[in-house]
Amino acid sequence: MTIPDDLKYTKDHEWARQKGTKVLIGITDFAQDQLGDVVFVELPAVGDVVKRGESFGVVESTKAVSELFAPISGKVVEVNDPLVEAPESINEDPYEEGWMIAIEPSEPRELGELLDAKAYKAHVDEQG
Amino acid sequence: MALRTPLHAAHLRHGARMVEFAGWDMPVQYAGLLEEHMAVREAVGLFDVSHMGEVVFRGPRALAALQAVFTNDLAKVADGQAQYGCLCREDGGIVDDVVVYRRSAEDLLVCVNAANRQKDFEWLRDHAGGADVRNESDQWGQVAVQGPRALTVLKKLTRTDLDAIKTYRHAPGAVAGVTCLIARTGYTGEDGFELFCPAAQADALWEALMEAGRPEAIQPAGLGCRDTLRLEMAYRLYGSDMDDATSPLEAGLSWVVKFDKGDFLGRAALLRQKEQGLTRKLVGFQLTEPGIARHGHPVLREGAPVGLVTSGTRSPSLKLSIGLAYVPPALAAEGSALAVEIRGKPVAASVVKTPFLSRKAS
Repeated sequence: MTIPDDLKYTKDHEWARQKGTKVLIGITDFAQDQLGDVVFVELPAVGDVVKRGESFGVVESTKAVSELFAPISGKVVEVNDPLVEAPESINEDPYEEGWMIAIEPSEPRELGELLDAKAYKAHVDEQG
Repeated sequence: MALRTPLHAAHLRHGARMVEFAGWDMPVQYAGLLEEHMAVREAVGLFDVSHMGEVVFRGPRALAALQAVFTNDLAKVADGQAQYGCLCREDGGIVDDVVVYRRSAEDLLVCVNAANRQKDFEWLRDHAGGADVRNESDQWGQVAVQGPRALTVLKKLTRTDLDAIKTYRHAPGAVAGVTCLIARTGYTGEDGFELFCPAAQADALWEALMEAGRPEAIQPAGLGCRDTLRLEMAYRLYGSDMDDATSPLEAGLSWVVKFDKGDFLGRAALLRQKEQGLTRKLVGFQLTEPGIARHGHPVLREGAPVGLVTSGTRSPSLKLSIGLAYVPPALAAEGSALAVEIRGKPVAASVVKTPFLSRKAS
């Protein structure tokens, strides 16, 4: 189970990575492992506005459907379109190839309110 | 606490992820659903199906008693043959779909769905007219060896002539020293065997199969791929695609309803339904836009709800979204244009021929 030190996390198992003025969003290694083989992903369009804690898309494994919740609010400025054709990237490389959307934050302070790697690890350990 | 099969420890040993299914603590996957699915299609997979129940009819009244509650015709099968069919209520609703293994006219084993073990036993006992009916579910372990290399693996472990056991036939025999009912049946669409063994020896049998299967790349397989494999073949799943409020005719199982065999429970109601015509029919469909249909999603025609999805998945073999749904007969023809409402949005679908995956005859 990898939990990179340089990312921020939600209790719903999304991660956020600051990259210049935008923030990349994806799901964690723990989340992809729990889901099993991801076979479908539904993402917002560039220009859509997402709100912290609200659903911005869906990932489906062969067995289960899981909603994606935005870690922060903002405008979608990029979408990882290749995921639609190759959703298995989310299993294989959740923190790099498997990124989902890039957001331009509208409330920059929200990023600071997310869990750090240590707090997220404690949260995962609690879930067993 | 969830029930455990005699192979529970084996699953933990082999790194399974466990989930509760029909009251049982079962492996949903080991290496991963897609990998296990393809192993069964291309090599061989090993399933624990010990959660299935076994109800046995014995004695001089066994055949007649079972015939009276079974929609298919057991008089047409020889000793050593198996037959699929339904148990129906008086009103034609399906109590369960089962496989009957006819060992003789006086010894028939009914393999029932896990969730229905107790219900089926009580149903069969109460409608057996005093015949000897026993619930042997706890005594039996059951493993399914499925895939094109299943025969090769099993041959290493038995002196029984497996080539003589054709599809839907069975014979007693020893596998790895364990006394089994060796049946050439399954729920995957592949060639393969289901081995009924004494519960206490299931673990030893499992390990022997894993060992003998290593050169054939045998893969322990969980319930996750069991579902995708069966759905590619459009095999119905009791509790999802049918229940006691659906009839075998509606579920597309009229081929296992033999009206001419004599009376059986549910016959009159089914005959009436056949004469009056069906109001819904289970069909296979394929999504023609991105998405995955799931059990319970509404089926739409020109925006109006006309039916319900009963099973749906992404087919690992075909790389398509497939499913089963009840629709009015007028919309059931191949090519019929429908939509499935997924999270509030209509996704285009088309009725297709089943099985979704065509297999070579074995």
